[in-house]
Amino acid sequence: MRTLLEYLDNTASLYPDKLAFAGGDGREHDLTFSELNALSVRIGSFLAGKGLFRQPVAILMEKSPEEVSAFFGTWQAGCFYVPLDAEMPKLRMLKIMEHVAPKALIYDESLQELALELAGKQEGTVAVSFAEASACGEAPELLQKVRERVLDIDPAYIVFTSGSTGMPKGVVANHRSVIDYIETLDDALGCSEQSVFASQTPLYFDACLKEVITVIRCGATAWFVPKKLFMLPVQLVEYLNEHQVNTICWVVSALTFISSLKTFEKLTPMTLRTIAFGSEVFPKKQFALWRQACPEAVFFNLYGPTECTGMSCFYKLERELLEEEPIPIGRPFPNTEVLLIKEDGSLAGDQEEGEICLRGTCVTMGYYGDPQRTAEAFVQNPLQKAYAETIYKTGDIGKYNEYGELVFVSRKDRQIKHMGHRIELGEIEAAGDQLEGITECAAVYDNDAHKIRFYYSGDLDKGSAVVGLKELLPRYMVPNVTTKLERLPHTPNGKIDRKALKQ
Amino acid sequence: MEELLEILSELHPEVDFAAEQSLVDGKILDSFDIVSLISEINETFDVVVPPEEIKPENFNSAKAIWAMIEKLRDEA
Repeated sequence: MRTLLEYLDNTASLYPDKLAFAGGDGREHDLTFSELNALSVRIGSFLAGKGLFRQPVAILMEKSPEEVSAFFGTWQAGCFYVPLDAEMPKLRMLKIMEHVAPKALIYDESLQELALELAGKQEGTVAVSFAEASACGEAPELLQKVRERVLDIDPAYIVFTSGSTGMPKGVVANHRSVIDYIETLDDALGCSEQSVFASQTPLYFDACLKEVITVIRCGATAWFVPKKLFMLPVQLVEYLNEHQVNTICWVVSALTFISSLKTFEKLTPMTLRTIAFGSEVFPKKQFALWRQACPEAVFFNLYGPTECTGMSCFYKLERELLEEEPIPIGRPFPNTEVLLIKEDGSLAGDQEEGEICLRGTCVTMGYYGDPQRTAEAFVQNPLQKAYAETIYKTGDIGKYNEYGELVFVSRKDRQIKHMGHRIELGEIEAAGDQLEGITECAAVYDNDAHKIRFYYSGDLDKGSAVVGLKELLPRYMVPNVTTKLERLPHTPNGKIDRKALKQ
Repeated sequence: MEELLEILSELHPEVDFAAEQSLVDGKILDSFDIVSLISEINETFDVVVPPEEIKPENFNSAKAIWAMIEKLRDEA
């Protein structure tokens, strides 16, 4: 097997009339496997007809079944997708467009104005609506040629993560890494054609692969939960029950949203059997509420960076955890190895802390067009120098507990996890520095209240500061509390005293 | 009502909460805001907002939120 397209070939012939994806905030067109396949073939034919091969293709669509067909359409042409989202601030999208210089941009009609503006600023980008691209006549000979030329190490997508300088980093992952990831993930979680997912994450993150690729691989079904339901806890649980959802892979904050508002006193999810969560600390009290509400469900904690294709480690919650014990991140998926490496480059011993470094097919191809930042994090395995082998340094500190389970300890730098999103506090400060009327600023994370706090000094009033930050940052990075100070506290050597701000 | 407007503007200082009519439907609030808002309401007004009251018609405007709080107070 060479590319992810082969999953679709297979399921489109095994389950042509089965529902693959449904719902979402977009045009509510549910798609069966054969419909999705047909759309992807036509989009692929359009792109291949333009002579595109092994090129980035930007996708600007509402989260919808059609967007998935556009992803597979780019693969049909041997290209790779770069997802944009109307939720991203325009400036961020322009930065991404400029950095990637995609040859084509596929957009939803509802986002036409924005799409044309983005494409207009970029020489050589063809903007095409989804409707037009998916109405293209099929070009089977062109697509067959693509299949002959494409390699499993060709990129499948670029997704952008927060960068501390204000320039997001575009992680490039290839087909082989995604295949490796999804097959081991599906085994661990027990996914099959019986799986019914409710998908919570936006499609512009790698987090969506869990549902999107698993559905295509196994012939399962995924419901795209309308965003609004994440404000309406009772309706959200009703939605899960109505669609008989049995599997969810959600960020912790989406789960605690339901449990902390006492929703389970009213009703509980009846059909959930697999509940995977990840990337953040799950408060014990909230977790206990979930376990009580879904006694038949199996719970998994997942851990992994975008740079290693989604998730790299998993932990099945079986034994009772102590009150003060964090939920472990467990062990790596098969065909992935965790190296805990100490400052001096040697392996950490029993109970010793070290930086979590990952090796295996999951390691992606680095940051697009950014050799410098790639070289900082994707490095030669320090344990052997005899042959070329790249490992990824996560920047996370971990250790093994007495059960031999991997536990996350802390971050090496100023990266945080907030609402399931990975955020560099430095990127928020870089945005603040761009605002006229801000003299100094600092962003700190309040771990107890789960809030990003932003402090600044200068002439700018608070309302304008928030508006300014919203224009520069994605919604999830906008500080929860903004405070204007006469002046910011400083350490004796003149740096902003972030520890003092945290108190 | 004044206290409620203060709580709301702490969440989004740039929004005119006295006038805004589609806080939920217009996606001005998000799931994080709802969680913070409800814990603030519970604390400040000494009520318990039950999950079934978290619906768009109760949260689309400050006036609607206030009406819900008063109703909960009466019932208590």
